[in-house]
Amino acid sequence: MAELTMAKALNLALTQEMARDDGVMVLGEDVGVDGGVFRITEGLLDKYGEARVMDTPLAEAAIVGFSIGMAAYGLKPVCEVQFSGFGYLAMHQIEAHAARLRWRSRGRYPVPMVVRMPYGGGVRALEHHSESKEAFFAHTPGLKVVIPSGPRNARALLVSAIRDPDPVIFMEPKRIYRAFREHVPDDEETLPIGESKTVREGGDITLVSYGSMLHPTLQAAEQLAEQDGAEAEVIDLLSISPLDDSRFTESARRTGRVVVVHEAQRSFGPGAELIARLVEKSFWYLEAPIARVTGYDVQVPYFAREADYLPDAPRILAAAREVLSHA
Amino acid sequence: MPRDEIDLRYTVERLSILDEDGNLDEALAPEASDDLLLSMHRTMLLARRFDERMLQLQRQGRIGTFAPVSGQEAAQVGAMAALRKDDWFVPSFRESAAALWRGTPMSTLLLYNAGYNEGGAIPEDSHDLPIAIPVATQIPHAVGLAYAARYRETDQVAITFFGDGATSEGDFHEALNFAGVFAAPTLFLCQNNQWAISIPREHQTQSRTLAQKALAYGIPGIQVDGNDVLAVLAATREAAERARGGDGPTLIECVTYRLSVHTTADDPSKYRSDDEVEAWRARDPIPRLQRYLQQRELLTDDDIGELEDALAAEIEEAWRDTKAQMERLDDPRNMFEHHYAELPPYLREQRDAVAGRARED
Ligand SMILES: Cc1ncc(C[n+]2csc(CCOP(=O)(O)OP(=O)(O)O)c2C)c(N)n1
Ligand SMILES: [Mg+2]
Repeated sequence: MAELTMAKALNLALTQEMARDDGVMVLGEDVGVDGGVFRITEGLLDKYGEARVMDTPLAEAAIVGFSIGMAAYGLKPVCEVQFSGFGYLAMHQIEAHAARLRWRSRGRYPVPMVVRMPYGGGVRALEHHSESKEAFFAHTPGLKVVIPSGPRNARALLVSAIRDPDPVIFMEPKRIYRAFREHVPDDEETLPIGESKTVREGGDITLVSYGSMLHPTLQAAEQLAEQDGAEAEVIDLLSISPLDDSRFTESARRTGRVVVVHEAQRSFGPGAELIARLVEKSFWYLEAPIARVTGYDVQVPYFAREADYLPDAPRILAAAREVLSHA
Repeated sequence: MPRDEIDLRYTVERLSILDEDGNLDEALAPEASDDLLLSMHRTMLLARRFDERMLQLQRQGRIGTFAPVSGQEAAQVGAMAALRKDDWFVPSFRESAAALWRGTPMSTLLLYNAGYNEGGAIPEDSHDLPIAIPVATQIPHAVGLAYAARYRETDQVAITFFGDGATSEGDFHEALNFAGVFAAPTLFLCQNNQWAISIPREHQTQSRTLAQKALAYGIPGIQVDGNDVLAVLAATREAAERARGGDGPTLIECVTYRLSVHTTADDPSKYRSDDEVEAWRARDPIPRLQRYLQQRELLTDDDIGELEDALAAEIEEAWRDTKAQMERLDDPRNMFEHHYAELPPYLREQRDAVAGRARED
């Protein structure tokens, strides 16, 4: 057991998977000599050499397209898109090929690759470096979209993503790369992709979130208990595709009240799908309108106003109180 | 059925006019008035001092991440000085020297770097596009602007700036090809500063030059000493004349060097040696031009001292102005502006909710 940041925990996952399977390849812009702009791939080049840890030319479409080729051959590429905001330059490769090659070839060519990308705000970054557009990927059949919320689950999920037979978009909440440490076991640990987790139990209201927003959500839950005596159940989705709707719809049937939290834009965001599932599966148990606390339907403002855009504990708390106020 | 050589008469020239000691090759020297020379020098020096001041402000947490221009002033100022005010300027993210030449106020650039969208505002009479961060994605816009100008029968040209790394992106290649096919009066100004974050130029492409990439698209390409402001001026002028005359686009590779960090979030000691940086520092474009101007007695040590004082004062004035603007921009509803010509109803609701929240705080 070591106390690791999420950055180090992801590095551990890559280091161990590369040791375990010589088909695991790491590639992307600045991932080798520099160790990645967030240092997630630090040390891999020295350990595994430049045939497996590839500093690529600056070309997202080719990084992803080339990875698709390697995956079709039977390797397990883990490519890095430096920031999710630059993933659009590879969108045609992701949508037209990574997501479809298994389907198009009637199962002959699965695409067991991982596209890692830091996403999300809260680090005072430049334009395109703070966004959270996971819905683009979740909307595409054939892709899995995994979003960890801390060091331990990040490590376990990345291992699972690498071993997964299908393409996984692995979105890393950059805001918490180094925000806190957790115990991460030295020995291998995996987590099933497509399974959510209850991280706080409670019977009065259900709060659903994922990624870096899990943390203000948990804060709001604590404040709700201290200040209002209401116990919130908090669910961490961990994957948004496949979306595990068993847990949060079950929780909603018990509490009758739900708040969904994400930093992605509101309209057509993941919350919209969550709420649709709640309406489909838990409608008769709801005691109040469902609330969502999200980014606004604007581009993430430059960082001076980022805090006004991003959901925070006070906004989540206010929404939870509103939902609880319905008799 | 022979197997013989296709007759391709393609060459790539390299142009250098002012050597490292400030000596001029008279035969190649472009026409440049004393005023033009002095104003290029002034803008280059201003860009350098502005960079240094911004680096301080960033380290103090007053502004955010930015991409310093130090080392590339000649490539930017030389190119812009060859163009007219009504030509189009399509930058990427490191073009502060070019922006200063165009007259962008330093306070605006500072406001952008302090994290305010208002710092990206473009005045009505300007022909500049805002900063574009996704590498190479702005390049096709220049081709579209250039084509539109030709369609409207003006003789404007469009210049776009990008780096060595950008030449690996599809948008670069697609844009060059479009410009060739549609004879769009576009100047593609590649600042080969030897690095794309940690990736050295030799690792970016097996091509010996970046200029030669033009040849595949049937357009001229030239390599220029990018630390020689006169060579950049001459090459850009020539390309602009061709473009205005209807003879299409040119790719200009300026061989230069990023003397500073990639951005303030970068640690170059991970990937490059101090010796390399020092070797390039000896080729710094600013002292080179200064030596030439001093030889010609257009500039004395006293002049330089006075200029330094004046520039420092301008920079401080700009920062004061920026701080005053920041105070006036504290309404969070600003984030809803400029997404559409008219704010849709659901966004209006969201904006009003934000306003309500601001009042409660
Ligand atoms: C499409 C895209 N991918 C990645 C990045 C991150 N990034 C910013 S600058 C840069 C390197 C650019 O190198 P180059 O084109 O040589 O320009 P320079 O930074 O040297 O001016 C990278 C990879 C980005 N901004 N856009
Ligand atoms: Mg470069």
